[in-house]
Order: sequence, then C-alpha cells, then structure tokens
Amino acid sequence: MGAYILRRLMIALPSLLGISVVLFTVLALAPGDPFEELATNPNVPAEVKLALRQKFGLDDPVYLRYFHWLSAMAHGDWGFSFISRVDVDTLIAQRVPVTLAVIGASQVLALAVALPVGILSAVRPYSWFDRIASTLAFIGFSLPTFFTGVLLILLFSIKLDWLPFVFRADLSASGWQWWWEMFKQSVMPIAVLGLFQGATWTRYVRSAVLDVVRLDYVTTARAKGLAERVVVLKHVVRNALIPVVTLVALQMPAVFGGAIVTEQIFRIPGIGSLLIDAILRNDTPVIMAVTFVFACLVIAFNLIADLLYGWLDPRISYR
Amino acid sequence: MQEREIRALIERVRSGEMPRRSFIQRMVGVGLSAPMASMILMHEGIAQTPAPFNYKPTKRGGGGSLKVLWWQGATLLQPHFANGTKDQEGSRIFYEPLACWDKDGNLIPILAAEVPTRENGGLSADGRSVTWKLKRGVTWHDGQPFTADDAVFTWEYAKDPATAAVTSGVYKDVKVDKLDSHTIKVTFSKPTPFWATAFVAAEGMIIPKHLFGPYAGAKSRDAPNNLKPVGTGPYKFVDFKPGDIVRGEIYTNYHMPNRPYFDSIEMKGGGDATSAARAVLQTGEYDYAWNLQVEDEVLKRMEDSGKGVIFIVEGGDIEFLQLNITDPWNEVDGERASPKSKHFAFSDPAVREAMSLVTDRKSIQEFIYGRTGIATANFLNNPSKYRSTNNKLEFNIEKANQLLDGAGWKKGSDGIREKGGKKLHLVYQTSVNSLRQKEQAVVKQGAQKAGIDLELKSVTASVFFSSDVANPDTYGKFWCDIQMYTTTMTQPDPERFMDQYTSWEVSSKANKWQGRNICRWVSEEYDKTFRAAEAELDPVKRAALFIKMNDLPVQANIVVPLISRPRVRGAATKLVTQLTGWDLDLSGLQNWYRET
Repeated sequence: MGAYILRRLMIALPSLLGISVVLFTVLALAPGDPFEELATNPNVPAEVKLALRQKFGLDDPVYLRYFHWLSAMAHGDWGFSFISRVDVDTLIAQRVPVTLAVIGASQVLALAVALPVGILSAVRPYSWFDRIASTLAFIGFSLPTFFTGVLLILLFSIKLDWLPFVFRADLSASGWQWWWEMFKQSVMPIAVLGLFQGATWTRYVRSAVLDVVRLDYVTTARAKGLAERVVVLKHVVRNALIPVVTLVALQMPAVFGGAIVTEQIFRIPGIGSLLIDAILRNDTPVIMAVTFVFACLVIAFNLIADLLYGWLDPRISYR
Repeated sequence: MQEREIRALIERVRSGEMPRRSFIQRMVGVGLSAPMASMILMHEGIAQTPAPFNYKPTKRGGGGSLKVLWWQGATLLQPHFANGTKDQEGSRIFYEPLACWDKDGNLIPILAAEVPTRENGGLSADGRSVTWKLKRGVTWHDGQPFTADDAVFTWEYAKDPATAAVTSGVYKDVKVDKLDSHTIKVTFSKPTPFWATAFVAAEGMIIPKHLFGPYAGAKSRDAPNNLKPVGTGPYKFVDFKPGDIVRGEIYTNYHMPNRPYFDSIEMKGGGDATSAARAVLQTGEYDYAWNLQVEDEVLKRMEDSGKGVIFIVEGGDIEFLQLNITDPWNEVDGERASPKSKHFAFSDPAVREAMSLVTDRKSIQEFIYGRTGIATANFLNNPSKYRSTNNKLEFNIEKANQLLDGAGWKKGSDGIREKGGKKLHLVYQTSVNSLRQKEQAVVKQGAQKAGIDLELKSVTASVFFSSDVANPDTYGKFWCDIQMYTTTMTQPDPERFMDQYTSWEVSSKANKWQGRNICRWVSEEYDKTFRAAEAELDPVKRAALFIKMNDLPVQANIVVPLISRPRVRGAATKLVTQLTGWDLDLSGLQNWYRET
C-alpha cells in the first residue's frame, strides 16, 4: 500500500510538470497585457511602463520565464501578483477557506439528498416516488448553476426580500447572530451547487443500487427473513456505494470548476472568483497558480478515488 | 471661441453679470474641463465660490456602517501603484491629497490650509512655483503628526523611476522644497499655467514618510503598508482582501469637525454592474454602487422599487468614431496602415463628411443610452445646454448622398457606391459590449441609406484595448477602416489629452503602435497650435488654443464624436453624497451622511 502510494506520487510529478508547461505556454500565447490599463493611460510615462515590465520580467522569452517560475515554485515561492503586488500564496490562502466551506457544505447537501432519494427510487423502481424523483433529477442537472443562481436571487432576494445576494466573508456580527447571517447568505449558493450535484448523484445512486438489488444474495438475505431495512442498508447499499464513492471523489475537481460561476454570481470571495478576476486582468502569476492548484486537486482526488476503491472492495489489490 | 470672447465672458463674471457657474459650463461646452475653466478665473483674480456643502450631522460617528459596492474591486491600496480608478478609490478612503476638485471645478482644500492664490502669496507671478500651506494639527492614523516632510517624501517616492509609481508623470518634472514644518513649495521646470497637479486629486494622495521612508525606490514593493494603509482620511484601515473587500472604521481624530458620520465603511468588489445596480436600487442591501454601465431602461425599472436613485455626473468621457485615413488592408513599407499610405475612401474629405452626416447620434442617445449618454458633436464633452456653435450635430442622409454624388462616388446596381472600381465597403470595429453593438447597428443603418456598406466587427475588450504587439486587432494598430471606443480624459488639464492628434504621436510599427495618434492624421496647423499652447502662459490664450485644437480634427471629420458618457452611480435614497465628475467618487467621502 505504502509503495503503491509512493509510486503513484512519483507518476504524478511528471504529469504536474507537463500540466505546468501547457498552462504556462497557453497563458504566454494568450492575448492581453497585465498593464493594459496603464498602457492606455496617457499620464503614465513610458519609462514607468518599461520599468514595470522589466521588474516583473515580462519582456523575457517564454521559456526563460517558465524556468524562473519553476525554480521559484520549487522553492515554495508561488509568484507575485502583477495587479495586487502581493504574493500569490497569500491571495490564495485568503480565498481557500470560503471556497472549501461553501463547496464542502454543498457536497454534504448533495449527498444528503442523493443517498436517500436514490436508494428509495431504486428499491421501488417505477413507483410514483421514483418517477417524481427522476423527473426532478433530470430537471436539476439540466439547469446550469448560473441560471438557477439568478433565478433564486430574483425569487428570494428581489421578489420576497428574504435573503441577501451579496456574500460577505467577514460579517461584523458575532455569536448566534453570526451563524444566522452566515446561514442566510450561504443558503442560496449552497443550494444551487448542492442541488445540481445532488441531482446527478441521485441518478448514479439509483442505478448502482438497482444493479445490486436484483442479485441473488439479496434475495437470500430476504429469504432469511431479515427486515427490509437491514437488507437494504446492510446488504444492498454497502455494496452499491462502492462505485458511487469513487465517483464522488472523482467529481470533486469538477465541483471546484462549477463553483467558479456560482462564486461570481453571489460575489463569494473564493478561489474561483479570484481566478475570474485574474483572467480579466491578465494577472498571469495568479492564473497560473490557481489553475495549478486545480490541476493538483484533480491528481490528488484521482489518487484518493483509487485508494478508496481498493479499501472498499477487498477484491482489488494494489500492485 | 476666440480669446477675445473668452475675455469678454471673464469680464462679465467679474462684474457679476454672469454667474461663475455659467462661465464654467460655457467652457465645458467648448471642450475644456471644469477645473481648467476654474483655473482661468483664479488666474484672472476671480475668487472661487464653492457652493457650501450642507452637512447636517452635529457629531462625529453614530451613523452605522456605510456599504459601497465597486463591481471591480480594489486590488491594491497604495495610491501610487493604482492600476486604475478602482484602486485609487480604495486608497482614497484612507489617504488624502492637499486638495480635490468639486463638481464645478472648484479646488477644495483637504490637507491644505487654504487654496494658493496670487493674493495669499501662494502663486508666483512668473507661474513657476506654488506655495502650499499645510493644515496644522492633522495626525496620521497611527498618531504621528502630518508635516511638510510627508509631502516632500511623497514627491521623492513617486518621482523615483525605480519605485515604478504610476503617478511619476505628475512628479518627475517638479521640484518640492520644504519651507517650514507646514509649508512646501512646488517649483516647475517651466512656467505652468495649470499648477494644480502635484498633490491634488487622485494622483495627489500623500503617504506617511515614517512608514514608507525605508521603502522608496527598488524596495517599494516590500513595504508592509502597501496592504495596510495608514493615512489621514476619515476612516482608518481594518481589513483588505484584494479584489474582494476593503473595510475601514471611523478615525476619531479626523481633522474636520463632526466628520465622518459613519462608524465604519465597507467596500465590496466583484460581480457585475447589473447585479450591483440591483443590490442598491432594488434590494437596498448596499448604499452606493460605482459605475453602473447598464441600459437605462433596466436602471429605470429598478429605480421604481424606490430604494435607491441614479446619479448622473458629468465628466470628460467621449464615445467616438475614428476614421482611418491610411490604408489598413495593404502593406506599405512593411506595415499595414502605414502613415505613408492613403485610404481609398477616407482620404476624400467628402466621404469623411458623409460619414459624419449619416451618424444618427440622437437615436443612439434616445434608444440606447437614455439618461446615460448625451449626443455630442465635440470631441471633448458637451452639455446640451451650452452646445458649441463650432460643430454641428447634423444627421442628414440626403446631404450625405449629394456630397458623395458630387465627389464622384456613384451608386452601383446593389445600391453601394463605387469610384474607380473600388466599392465603398468598409469594416467597422469596436469592443464586445452590448451597447456598442447596438450603436454599430444604428450607424450601419444610416450608412446603408447613403450607399456605404459597413461590415461590423467586434473584438473582445481584453484584446482590443491591449498593447499586445503581436495581435492585429488592437485599437492602437487600427487595422480597420472605422473604429469606435470611449476615450477618457483622466486629468483636468487637456494638454496630455490633446496630444493625440500631433504628428509626433502617430502610431506606427516604429513605436510599436504605442503612439497616441491612432488616426494617423497629420495637420501642420494642429501641431503649431499644440506647440503654441504648450508654451502659452496666459490661461485665456491657452484655453482658446485648446478650443481650436478640439475643433480641428472634428471639422476635418477625422473623428466623429457620438456620445458624451457621464458617470452613472447609484445611491440609496437616504444617502447624501458629494459627487464630482472631475475627481474620485470618494473625494468627498468625509461629507457623506445618511438622512434620518
């Protein structure tokens, strides 16, 4: 097991290196200039523009810039934002907690919806409950989050005036008041992300459970006279959830990507909105760092999925 | 408008026949900025009369929190590194200049004890120096006293090329001396009629020497206070997350009595203009929103909720068409749109004039911009009340047709004119923006009726406005027949602004398309007028020269001004603000309060 993890990590290194080369080249080839606003401002003398470009090494050839970035990264220096003139890691560290909280909560919500609904639908396939659940699930994952987000804002913030739609990371309240305000401002983004994800997962859970529920050992369990609850929870769900767990782990990076849009709509100061801002301002070091974090997440969660799979299903061995 | 006329107007102001405000509006009407007009009057010895601000609160604080929404959030809080107005606004909460501009172009002292004039000995007769008296008893947020040393240091800091301050243009050609602990003298290298640049308005914010002293020059980016501003402003720093939030709390030792009113301020960034408008006008979640570039129809609908109102503040931004007089499609001397080449159609003045005649500015104003745009015929701004008589707002397709017929452009069987086998088929580019695409459609429609076929092209804003040498679609290259964008006058003095039609600023391969004369229009008369204005000491004569410079490219129809775009801001109905089109939104922040 330990050797397996080590081997997988060794394989991950060249992939990360490859990813970084691709990201860096694409960013270098992309149009745009971080000092665009200065370039169009006639009051900024040309010398200052040149000095700034030189200071940030923008005039070096691409491969040189890449090696600078790589060696700095190896030393734990994530780079320096052109726009904010701050180290990139502090920028990212400021944003990560919010994103983790929002995404974590939405994933919990998604599971809390997907598991019971999916299992119930599978246990009684083509019942009324299953039909309604399936229809809702189809609607849920065919509506993109940017649409449902705006829809919720229009309904709950503007028509009903119940919830705020501008997310504030540092609320001034404390104690219960803080929790209540946090709940009010988070409920919409979490619902948007969680229900979207939940809808997809409901379908997966349903089909996974359906596959298992017809197997002979389940019939045997029933024949033994076990209670239906025990049959479903102990015998069916445990086996059916193996592929679902993998899927949840594999989908995590995609969820981070999906959160970008939601963060923009609700003004959540997360890592996704940082990425959008950085792209709009051509702040290459920040774009590079954030996309690199995403790449690391993909690789990490792939590894976690593989490990979980083996742990849940003893038939699989690591070699 | 000639020098003589301006002088006559000044005399009328002096005798009290004409209100000062009307004079300034007249000057704004012919394309000058309000601060410049105000400076003319000051030079002529006519005192400023800023309308007193009716500040009602009788004690400091107690106003709760002020929540403002900047949909492009501040990314740094060091005013001398600002990447744009969003950063200057964020910094302005904490830092202050010596003086700022109000909406009528009056110079209002902030950290200065008084505005320098000839009478109080602040201005020298030769126009080479200004002496500023600093306010006494002002303290920085950390308790240190504010003195002349801080102002002198700010100058040293900003002018050093190694600091790479974006304000260095203002400070590099002046010399600042400390006369005593609260007096400084700014000396110019040549006589300067427009002296209120250093230490004034957005670029004039003064930073504390005791905190930034060790970090001037190449070490500037390491200063810990780049992220934790310590200024003299009404609110002191609490917290900052780049691009997201700036928070401040009341500074109880602020140097103006009973100010500020609010206990804390919060500036939130991110999102888009429409939802920002919604948060202020419809739900009232926020008190103030910056730059609401939203269609007027939408704004009006939101205003109906009664929670907030829209403020339209006149400024100096113009949306205009540029006509290319060089050949953008073929290489001459190894470059497209070479200054040496000639455009097949726009080198003919009749076609240029026709282009101006087929542009329906009134429709653009009425159907696209509503209150947020004012049709204009001047390159500089123009309130409709005092429209310059020099340039006319004419929309006349018949006349355009006659002109083109007369110039030998004959209509072909497809209704498109041609001459010498060349069809009047032109490509018209702008940045991607829903309002701009609608404008393009209006212009295309008008042109079609005159037999000019326009092909519309839109380029992503981040490409169009970039200075990327490798990209063919930047506005600086202008490899196209017609292009449209908004030009902003970032400083009240038009000298730097008006150099964009001089022959030495022609954009070309040689200067990597960084030249400011993007039309590549060259006029000996314009060059001569510009040189004359540069050397002119008498502000009245200088103003007359600028007015002439405004008229020349417009009358040659090199540019076709469309819409003057005032600033559009949203505020809660109860919030009392002090907004100006000539300075930052937050330049009057200390005076903001909420009516009860």
